[in-house]
Amino acid sequence: MTARPIIEIRGLGKFYDGFEALKNINLDVHSGERIVICGPSGSGKSTLIRCINRLEEHTSGELVVDGIELGEDTKDIRAVRQEVGMVFQQFNLFPHLTVLENLTIGPVRVRKIAKAEAEARARKYLERVHIPEQADKYPAQLSGGQQQRVAIARSLCMEPRIMLFDEPTSALDPEMINEVLDVMVELAGTGMTMIVVTHEMGFARKVADRMVFMERGEIVEVAPPDVFFTAPKSERCRAFLDQILEH
Amino acid sequence: MAEAAFPASSARPRRRLTLRRVFASRVVSIALYAIIIWLIFRTARTGAEAMGYNWQWYRVPQYFLRRTEGGYELGELVTGLGASLLLSSVAFLLALIVGLAVALLRLSDLVVGKAVARVFLEIVRNMPLLVLLYVFYYVGGPIFGFDRYTASVLCLGVFHGALVSEIFRAGINSVGRGQWEAAKSIGMTRGQSYRYIILPQSIRFMLPPLTGEAVNMIKSSAIVSVIAVAELTTAGRNIISDTYMSFEIWFTVALVYLVVTLCLSVFVSRLEQRHAVKT
Repeated sequence: MTARPIIEIRGLGKFYDGFEALKNINLDVHSGERIVICGPSGSGKSTLIRCINRLEEHTSGELVVDGIELGEDTKDIRAVRQEVGMVFQQFNLFPHLTVLENLTIGPVRVRKIAKAEAEARARKYLERVHIPEQADKYPAQLSGGQQQRVAIARSLCMEPRIMLFDEPTSALDPEMINEVLDVMVELAGTGMTMIVVTHEMGFARKVADRMVFMERGEIVEVAPPDVFFTAPKSERCRAFLDQILEH
Repeated sequence: MAEAAFPASSARPRRRLTLRRVFASRVVSIALYAIIIWLIFRTARTGAEAMGYNWQWYRVPQYFLRRTEGGYELGELVTGLGASLLLSSVAFLLALIVGLAVALLRLSDLVVGKAVARVFLEIVRNMPLLVLLYVFYYVGGPIFGFDRYTASVLCLGVFHGALVSEIFRAGINSVGRGQWEAAKSIGMTRGQSYRYIILPQSIRFMLPPLTGEAVNMIKSSAIVSVIAVAELTTAGRNIISDTYMSFEIWFTVALVYLVVTLCLSVFVSRLEQRHAVKT
């Protein structure tokens, strides 16, 4: 690899009142790479990706996103956030706005693009997530799977360079998981840089370039999926995979 | 209501009539209210008769509307009511501004801002409204040159601003953390998040208590009559000093306040219903 990684994480640590949530995390992500992070709950997966757009502040180490080092400067942080889309477990759509308004508010208010252009863009991405007909509804009128697809489209409307997914299917009813994963697989096909925290191992096998296994705030193993699923090096990782692949 | 819970079985024996259930029934409670009101009126009447009070209700309507050579003219009670509503509206607007500013300061990360807001709240909340009014008028007047009206508006605005700020704070806190995170993650500033995401959602929670506060504002605006600002209560006092009809006029003034505040409550509960259907 010659180009500079789009995300550089060096010796990252995070302390929350007396508890070490992240310990010495080192990870480089290159543009166009798809990383899937898995691990038991409480292992720091969510904390790690929330550090990348600074919803959490790291307490030690260095984090450079798209050439900007994340520190105290709020202007830099906002610049980074515009380039880093985030999809939450609980969708977090804006309930007082229609679907279309949810998608246009970022581009219009933050990116300052014209309203008509923002709407055209919003309709394009609604098409991409297969719900163009829901544009004028309110989030509460949609199913969970549809809401999560709107949330993905909302992030895409900012035309970010990186997309973070924080357990995007964990709050969904089983029959809606696939409609969301399908959209994510299609997105991976477009060359988007993606970091996904998930337990959906079928999805991971299909799209991941590298698997990251975390436990107790540390990265235990990083491997390509074929190695990761067939011959994990660490004992802890094997035990975890046995547990979730059993069924 | 109690019967509705067991609709099908007619075989079920009738429930015993307890004292509690008798008082809970609508007929009984309306009757009780009627008796209480009748008692109050009777006491007032007999008391007034005993002291030889001369009722002159026929003289009251002219203070609402009277006929002159030129046509009709609004009476003192109506112009006074208008002045009360205007005063309350201006002061309420000020209270909203003060309240929002104080609430945002308290929720900010600024240590000094938080402290200033806390001190302001504690001072205002723990001081009687009447004393606050005297401070604004007798101290603020000479120093800053406030006239009666300015002192009244400022006093009412600041006093209710403290209460309104707590309403704003509760409303803002009722919007979940996820909304903040979603707003941040698309690159919004704190100000943009408040304006486009958080405040529009918290209005739904704030509307009912804000109505209550508007009603309180109209009621406490009566206090400015002590520094002779022209409004409904002052108008009532002036009429009484001319005519000595204190019973009729105070009853009338009380009724006017009651009608206005009830109308406001009904109007806002309608507004709320319409708002609730949308989302």
